[in-house]
Formats: sequence, C-alpha cells, structure tokens
Amino acid sequence: MSLARLLFRELLRGPRTIEGPLPDPLGIEQLGRALGERARAGLGRSLRIREVDAGSCNGCELEIQAVNGPVYDLERFGIHFVASPRHADVLLVTGPVSRNMAEALRRTYDAMPSPKWVVAMGDCAADGGCFAGGYAVLGGVHHLLPVDLTIPGCPPTPLNLLSGLLALLEVAAVGSDGQASGA
Amino acid sequence: MLGNVTLMEYLGGGRAVAGHRPWPRYSLDERGWREMVHQLSVSDWTLLGLWADGTEVHAALRDEENAAIAVASVGCPDRRYPSLSGVRPAAIRLERAIHDLYGLTAEGLEDQRPWLDHGRWGQSAPLAIVRGAPPSGPVVYPFLPVEGESLHQIPVGPVHAGVIEPGHFRFTCAGETVVRLEERLGYTHKGVEGHMAGKSLIDAARLAGRISGDSTVAYAIAFARAAEAATGTEAPPRAHWMRALMAELERVANHILDFGAICNDAAFSFMLAQCTVLRERILSVNELCFGHRLLMDTVIPGGVAVDVTREGSSILRGLVKELRKRVRRLADVYDDMPSLQDRTVGTGIVQSSLAHRFGAGGFVGRAASQGGDARKVPGYPPYDDLDFEVPVHPEGDVNARIWQRLEEVTASLALIEQILERMPGGPLHKPIPTRGGEGMALVEGFRGEILLWLRLSEVGRVVRCHPRDPSWFQWPLLEAAIEGNIVADFPLCNKSFNCSYSGVDL
Repeated sequence: MSLARLLFRELLRGPRTIEGPLPDPLGIEQLGRALGERARAGLGRSLRIREVDAGSCNGCELEIQAVNGPVYDLERFGIHFVASPRHADVLLVTGPVSRNMAEALRRTYDAMPSPKWVVAMGDCAADGGCFAGGYAVLGGVHHLLPVDLTIPGCPPTPLNLLSGLLALLEVAAVGSDGQASGA
Repeated sequence: MLGNVTLMEYLGGGRAVAGHRPWPRYSLDERGWREMVHQLSVSDWTLLGLWADGTEVHAALRDEENAAIAVASVGCPDRRYPSLSGVRPAAIRLERAIHDLYGLTAEGLEDQRPWLDHGRWGQSAPLAIVRGAPPSGPVVYPFLPVEGESLHQIPVGPVHAGVIEPGHFRFTCAGETVVRLEERLGYTHKGVEGHMAGKSLIDAARLAGRISGDSTVAYAIAFARAAEAATGTEAPPRAHWMRALMAELERVANHILDFGAICNDAAFSFMLAQCTVLRERILSVNELCFGHRLLMDTVIPGGVAVDVTREGSSILRGLVKELRKRVRRLADVYDDMPSLQDRTVGTGIVQSSLAHRFGAGGFVGRAASQGGDARKVPGYPPYDDLDFEVPVHPEGDVNARIWQRLEEVTASLALIEQILERMPGGPLHKPIPTRGGEGMALVEGFRGEILLWLRLSEVGRVVRCHPRDPSWFQWPLLEAAIEGNIVADFPLCNKSFNCSYSGVDL
C-alpha cells in the first residue's frame, strides 16, 4: 500500500488518541505539600520536561515513549519533552540514581532555570526500588534533589504518568496569588 | 596440542566440576588456561561469556563445529589470570569489568582503563573478597589519543538529547566524517550482581526481570532456566509454551518500535507514530491477558505465574492477524521510499568477519551473515517442537537491520499462532527443590543471546549470578560500523543497533 493511501485512510478513521485521565488527586496533594513553602509562579498551561535516566532498567523510558505517541498524546495538554535543561521547567528522573550518574543529574538540574520542579518516576526513583542499598546507588532522587512529585509503579503506566503530570500542570498553572493563570 | 581438537576433547583433559548443568564445567590450572588461550587462536570457539566469582574466573565457550558448550574455570589466588583479549576481542570489556568489580587483573590485557568503575563508589573492587582501597576521586578517563590535521572531537552524553539511556560517546571527526567513535559506558551501573547475592529465588527472579526492562521476559526465562538447571528441575510443558508465547510478544513489540524509531531518526516521523500505535496495541493486550504491559514478573523459576484463557487466546489471535496486515503495509511504505532508503542503505556497515570475531548475535549479527539463534542452537523447549526459520541478511547495513527485524516479526507472529494452536494443558508451575548447584542458560532475547550463570547455596539462595547481555558483543561493533559515516548518521546507526545500556552496565 502506498504512503498516500495509508495517510488518507488514517485521516478518514479519525484520531487514535484516547481520552485523557483526570489529574491525580494524590499527586495534587503531594505537590501542595511540597510547594507549600516555596514561591509558586504561574506558567500558563504549558510545561517543558527534561528527562534524565539515572540508572533505570529502561522500562520507564519505554512508557515515556508511549505517552509521547499518538495514543496518549501528551502534547495536547501543553506538555512537551525538550532536549536542553535550559528550556525545561520539570526534571523527570527515572532510576535509583546510580552514583555514576549523580553528577550528571545534579548538573542537569543546576542548568535549569527557576522555577523548576522535580518528578521522581517509578519505584526506583522513589526509594531505589529493587536496587536500593549497596555501593552503587543513592537509592532515590530525594537523596540528591528536592522532589516535588513521585509517580509510583514499576514502571508507572502511561495513564499513571499522564495523570501525575496533569496534576503538576494544574499546580504549576496556579499563580502565586492562588489564581489559575489561564483563567 | 594445537590443531583440530574439539572443545570437549580439549577441556575434557581438565577436572570436571560436579553439579554444573546442563553443560559441563572444567577446572583448569593456570597452565591449562594459558594453553586454552593458545588453542582459541586456532579454533572456531565462540566466547559466550567471561565472569568472575570470588577468586575464580569462568569462560563459557561454544564449539561452532559441533555446537558443544562448556565452561572453563581458573583459580587466581594471586588475583591475576591470563587474558583472553588477544585472541577474543569480545573479552576486553568483560575483563575490564571483572577488574573493576572483583579486583582480578587480566595479564596481557592491553586496555587496563577502568570500565564500570568511575571512581564514585567510595570503594574499589566492591565484590572482591578483600576490598580494595577507596578511590581518591572520580576517574579522569583517558580517551584514546588522536593525532592528525584538522581533527576535532564531539563529546556527547551521558545525558542525551532524547529520552534514552545514558552513556558517553566521544567522536573524533574530520569535517563531517567520523574517523573514530569511542564509547564510555557504566553510568547506569547499579550493582546488580552484588544485589543478587543472598537473595531468594523469587526475589532474584524479580531483579533479573529488571536487568534490561525491554527484555524482561527473556531475562526472567534465562534466570528461571538457570535455576531449574541448577536444581535439576524441569518446568511443566505448558509453562514452556507460555514462556515462548510471551517471549515472542516481547520480540515483536520491540522490533516494531525499533523499526519506527530508526525511520524517525531519518526524519520520517510517520513511521514512528504508526509503530507506536501498533506497539501500544500489543502492550494493552499484554495487560489485558497477563496483567502487565511489559510482562514483568510473569515468568518465575519453576514455571510461569500467569495463564492464557480461551478468551485471551482469541484476543491474541486477533492481534496477530491485525499486526501481520499492518506491519506488511508499513514495510511496503518503507520499501517504496527511496528518500528513506537513501539514508539506510550502505550506512553503518558491520563487517561479517568482525561480527564473527566478536560473537555478535541478534539482528546485529544476523544482518551481517551470522545466523546464530539460541532458540535453534543450543535450542530449548518449546522451540525444538515449533516450525520456524531464522532469517539472515548479508549486507550488514542499517537497511539490513531493518529488514532483519521486519522478517523476524513475521516469523514471531507465525510462532505465536502455532503456540496458541498447540499449547498443551496441565500445570503452570512446579516447585523448585531447596538444594545447591550451578546452572547456566542461553535464551534468545529480542537483541540476541542472553547468557545467565547461577550458583545456588544448599539452602536455595543465590550465591552468584552473572547475566551477560547480548549488547556486550554488539556495542564494540557500533564503534566500527560508524567509522567513515557522517556524524548526522550516528543516531540512525545507533538506533539500528539499539544496544542496552542497563544490560551491560549492570
């Protein structure tokens, strides 16, 4: 089948994207606590994410690729993965933070402009998961950086990931005066 | 005794170690090991793995003339052993890793730079019986020197631009052309081999399923088979068929995503979008039928933890039909696009002789005329009972690795149908007796042959587990394949290899 026919067929059948989930209420609560004493800045309904694999098994990366695909289509919510930490609002970290990656992770964080958020994705990033302990890992992102949101799972499903990030968007969109900046 | 000797004739002269299954293990003295190294230079014996254990070093070898497999071991009380690297370059990184973890030095190894140890663990030789002194600080890694006019270097990573695993690539270029690529890995080292020690079988199996997340089924099968070999257990027939069913689903899902991602790296994003949709179909069926999108923790020592229902079986049949049709359409689109093939044909060529020298398997080896597949040789159930061909391509370029994957998808879809058709009934699991022993398994993951070696204590705990990812023998070939290509084609070449970082960093 030619590319033209395949494209035409795709146009006729409509989008493959599924309906998005609601923001994770637990995530909003955690974010509320984490950000309670820090200045909030309204970002509008747009978040830029820099992802760093700090020693994951690559399972989390597979699910991140899934949310970027047409089925979950993260970008429709204004959330976008970027190449440079200089362009990022959010650092999304996977893995138990191997000691060999700690400096690169720290430098990536330092390169991001404020205000910035850190999301620990998956059980490893939360507390080291099944790699906790031993000489080679720190055992969770919070040992190195302030974590604003944890998305549990091994790996978290795309819907978990989506709903966690939507919670972040919800909170980030609220300005320091408590008003939703988009309103 | 150089000349035409088989592996078994040769190692049979050593002392056989009792309780190593299913292949024999022989204990050699230093002189015997030295002679073996010499013999390797004139024999077609592939190095399958090289690992340490206390003060012993083990090498797994396969005689390519008669497919015999054996492990040779040498004790190194003075913490040194003769290097295999001179005759088997695939040993170089393995020997460097052994030094970093166990403090055992390969005599004659030219490249003595650390590999996994970046000087950040607060100790050296963490798995050695007597640990080394703490390092003075992070290692300043001496990359290979380059000399010449108008050369420049491009350092990339460990944090890459995209959502991929971390590693460092040091390119030396003349204009746009890459004259040398040097990889430096180890960033995701999380001490897997250390974590394994002392674990119960079920906890260790969970860990094995997270050595390289995209190959979780293949690793879990490798671990289970090694544990079953060590304890002399045979999983029930239905468990073997269930394992193969999930292993083929894993293979198809990964190959399809790779196909899309390679095309995307040649700026044809349509293919990635289409392939992501197909992959998502597989993962959601996985979740529906087996309870986990990536199939983690479904394979356990002694059998499997999940079953397929009649309804699940019909969903899977529907999935196979749909995938076959849609993958064929996408393959036609690829075949019909000269502008895309302009990027892939003749790019990143792996010489067949080099693939052979490194014992590289999987789509990297098979797309360069190396036909090895652990499902065929040594083979394991239920594949000996299934009808399938292993495709091979001679060209060794990115295009060949694409077609290799597409043809393997077709073969795997046919396998899934056969498995669903002929799956025997009966129990799914058999308890593993509590006893000690040593076992080894060779399992074909989507990247190629995974070796897993296991020693269990009398109370059934893991004493030592060494998993050897297929990428150990593929990463070095990427350095060779990129030579003479332009920098802009590196992502394309790299994606066409899609080596595991986590699997080799451990």
